[in-house]
Amino acid sequence: MSEPTLETVTTSTGRRLRTEEMVVNMGPQHPSTHGVLRLEVVLDGEIVVDVIPHLGYLHRCFEKHCEHMTNYQQVVPYVDRMDYVAAMTNEHAYVVAAEKLLKIEVPERVHYIRIIMAELQRIASHLIAIGTFGIDMGAFTPFLYYFRDRERILDLFEMTCGARLLYNYMWIGGLSHDLPPQFTEKAKEFCTDFKRTMKEVNDLLNYNEIFIKRTANVGVLPKDLAVNYACSGPMLRGSGVDWDLRRDDPYTLYDRFEWNVITGNGEMGSVGDVWDRNMVRQREMAESVRIIEQALASLPEGDVQKAVPKRIRPVPGDAYGRVEGPRGELGFYIVAEDSVTPYRLKARAPAFVNLSVINEISKGAMLADLVAIVGSIDIVLGEVDR
Amino acid sequence: MTAQEIHDLLKERFGDAVTAAKLENVPDPFAVVAADRVRDIALFCRDDERLRFDYLMCLSGVDYKGKFGVTYHLHSLTHRHKFVLKVEVPADAPNVPSVESVWRTADWHEREAFDLYGIVFTGHPDLRRILLPYDWEGHPLRKDYQVPEFYNGMRVPY
Repeated sequence: MSEPTLETVTTSTGRRLRTEEMVVNMGPQHPSTHGVLRLEVVLDGEIVVDVIPHLGYLHRCFEKHCEHMTNYQQVVPYVDRMDYVAAMTNEHAYVVAAEKLLKIEVPERVHYIRIIMAELQRIASHLIAIGTFGIDMGAFTPFLYYFRDRERILDLFEMTCGARLLYNYMWIGGLSHDLPPQFTEKAKEFCTDFKRTMKEVNDLLNYNEIFIKRTANVGVLPKDLAVNYACSGPMLRGSGVDWDLRRDDPYTLYDRFEWNVITGNGEMGSVGDVWDRNMVRQREMAESVRIIEQALASLPEGDVQKAVPKRIRPVPGDAYGRVEGPRGELGFYIVAEDSVTPYRLKARAPAFVNLSVINEISKGAMLADLVAIVGSIDIVLGEVDR
Repeated sequence: MTAQEIHDLLKERFGDAVTAAKLENVPDPFAVVAADRVRDIALFCRDDERLRFDYLMCLSGVDYKGKFGVTYHLHSLTHRHKFVLKVEVPADAPNVPSVESVWRTADWHEREAFDLYGIVFTGHPDLRRILLPYDWEGHPLRKDYQVPEFYNGMRVPY
């Protein structure tokens, strides 16, 4: 933090005024921090000089809890509670890491169902991200449109595993249930309807003149900085880096489907601005729909519990598994000793890493734009604080 | 580059600073390096044309009982290869040079490892707690951690 400066300005009428920097707390209870995050903002008038985030309001020492489970499988419902708006993705990342450690090959049907669930979850998470971001920018209606469609995804999840938010669906080596009979039909219906909603919201929000004025050229994150800060997901792609783990570091069978990696191109302002990040999310949803439709059409048969191990006791060693979550690279680093629980489990939470760049991209912005910047990072505090 | 080639390159450049390695039959091949040289090695990994590890995926502290470890998961967006570096330091002097100046993302990861393990990253510009309250005592992820009975007059165990 820089030292507060005292200087004198002269107004047009010749009066001399003293100015100084001011510290304002945004949060921990603030609607646009999307949770309990406190930003200590140093302001020069309305210009942001420095942003110092204070985290930890939701800290539960998740990693310590995982070391005290009775087995590896029990960690799955616990990782759900990290990023609670994208629980399927958390499970996916954890089982990918555990299966890498245990060298388990899962049947093709399991891969396909996991892909369908992961992509549905990506859409559900982006719907919240874009919807609440719209609210931050003063647009309430798109939020309602998107929440209506998100409910339908949650209905699909509920049909599959009985839970709407925290699923415990993906197990190490398989899944807790196979798909229910009407799932394919209902999911196809959703995909068809959702394409219409996406178009509506594009017209209402993303290409809205006022929205563009609020978001273009704001919070520009240059490519090099994004890589050096290890930003990932829409944060990284919004800055024009063509990088997606689903394609570039395959952890499941995404190569069987036709889809594109979306990157920001500075359409409305500069590459890597808030508008670009938001638009990457918007366009990614269309790609997810494509993947889901293809996966549903070619779903192989098989037993989803065939590879689930009865007892898990890995050989001592360590493994780092990662998946492309809605917020970016979600990784789990597991250290195994000769035991039935993880000796050490570190979660590499994408929101935690993405948030660390906030000071860099907020300097010189207006205080009102800070709201846009925080919204565009798409943080979930359950994951940041763990 | 394969893990073997990366290891050989590091060995050739840093010699004895690369103390051990396991490159086959492990999920992620790794090399153990001397803790006091880790910043130089990190810088070389990032800047060498052949390596170009421009992306630090993850930095994790580990308590190996009696000593602490830090694991660096490196990745190159340019060459699309991965490698893992590990360092180990004694528990009574857990000092590791900070790599914050090499990869800025290490800033918060190192603060987290300091917060939860008490590993001191020398040269870090702003090493303070990140997840726990600033006046918390002890480092909870240590294996010998005892939960304090009270924190600011509030009972801690529930």
